[in-house]
Amino acid sequence: MDGRAVIEFENVGHTYDTTPVVSDVDLRLEQRRVAFVGANGSGKSTVARMINGLVVPSRGRVRVNGLDTASEGRKVRKQVGFVFTNPDSQIVMPTAGEDVAFSLRGSGLSKKDRAARAAEVLGEYGLDPEHPAHQLSGGQKQLLALCSMLVLDPDVLVCDEPTTLLDLRNKRRFTELLTGLRQQIVLVTHDLDLLDDFDRVLVFDAGRVVADDEPRPALRYYRELVG
Amino acid sequence: MTPLGLYEPGGSVLHRAPAGAKLLAVVALATAVVLIGSPWWLGGLLAVVLAGYVVARVPARRWLPLVRTLVIVSVVVFGVQWWLLGASAAAVVCLRLVTALAAASLFTLTTRVDDVVSTVERVARPLRRFGVRPETIGLLVGLTVQAIATLSGIAGEVRAAAKARGADRSPTAFVVPFLVRTLRHADQLGEALAARGAGDP
Repeated sequence: MDGRAVIEFENVGHTYDTTPVVSDVDLRLEQRRVAFVGANGSGKSTVARMINGLVVPSRGRVRVNGLDTASEGRKVRKQVGFVFTNPDSQIVMPTAGEDVAFSLRGSGLSKKDRAARAAEVLGEYGLDPEHPAHQLSGGQKQLLALCSMLVLDPDVLVCDEPTTLLDLRNKRRFTELLTGLRQQIVLVTHDLDLLDDFDRVLVFDAGRVVADDEPRPALRYYRELVG
Repeated sequence: MTPLGLYEPGGSVLHRAPAGAKLLAVVALATAVVLIGSPWWLGGLLAVVLAGYVVARVPARRWLPLVRTLVIVSVVVFGVQWWLLGASAAAVVCLRLVTALAAASLFTLTTRVDDVVSTVERVARPLRRFGVRPETIGLLVGLTVQAIATLSGIAGEVRAAAKARGADRSPTAFVVPFLVRTLRHADQLGEALAARGAGDP
């Protein structure tokens, strides 16, 4: 079954110390491929982090399939995976297999089954479970970060600029891979050329959603906005 | 590659031995090298540890960096100790240091971090009744081992960046970016762990 969660933002606002970074966000995301674009500091990453409760909004409410990210963060994180920009910061264990198996701690599976499941997922993406994780190439590390989330089979995958550190070939490969997943994808990106197949693109500016449309008109608006 | 070895896959007796038993052996050996004052006995213990490398069939590409590091550390420590305490005491200190570090490295080379974490979690299980979460202690151990590789990678990049600016002899050019990057890494790692549900009850 395709992952299709309902992500709702109700009058969401957020401030860091006294600085407002997100204001008046009202959204309902249920499309399979959604992208957030915007300049640095426009609030898009903060809004993305709200989806799995990494950032709890100062005002308003965020819900995933009816679960409040503030009060039911644990349940939400079981449904929502997160891939960060820098895969080095996500690697917890020395080998690829151990790192992916780490995600399954607390799943109730035996150690042997965790290792087998990790090897299976890594094998699907051509990664060797025995390979030292920090010695993988940039593209492979990002694949490992993705595998460490996919092994949990979440309904939603939020990716915060996952292609920023990759070369063009790996950017395309990674984005194609994302769009082929069964999961609902929320992609934060500056790589506008990779969004042709997306269902919906939201443009952020100064902490607000200023355009919300299909890729072509939304990206045209964004290009005009940034001049 | 860090000189303190991370796991090297293999099928030797040492690889197959339970992580808990190996951990106990390393702790016992570390205690022994502190208590023993005879350079002959310490030399004997070092020979036992070196025999462990042969048994485990650790390839040269893994033990050579360790040897290089130990030689550098030993020369510096021996020099200082000789000046302060004399040649015999300096030899004892160096033998203790080399034996303990070689044993610790042999342990990490032949034991998966995952096995170490599981062992620590099992040992810490009785602490649950005092409100301590064994998984948290296990994670702490895993992250500590992993930090060796991460910090050594950051240090290498920072050194290269300083060199590129012609500042390879400036302590500031190393310390400041190293601290900033380490703290930023800690911040990002914390966020990534939270995203993977590591802090969830």
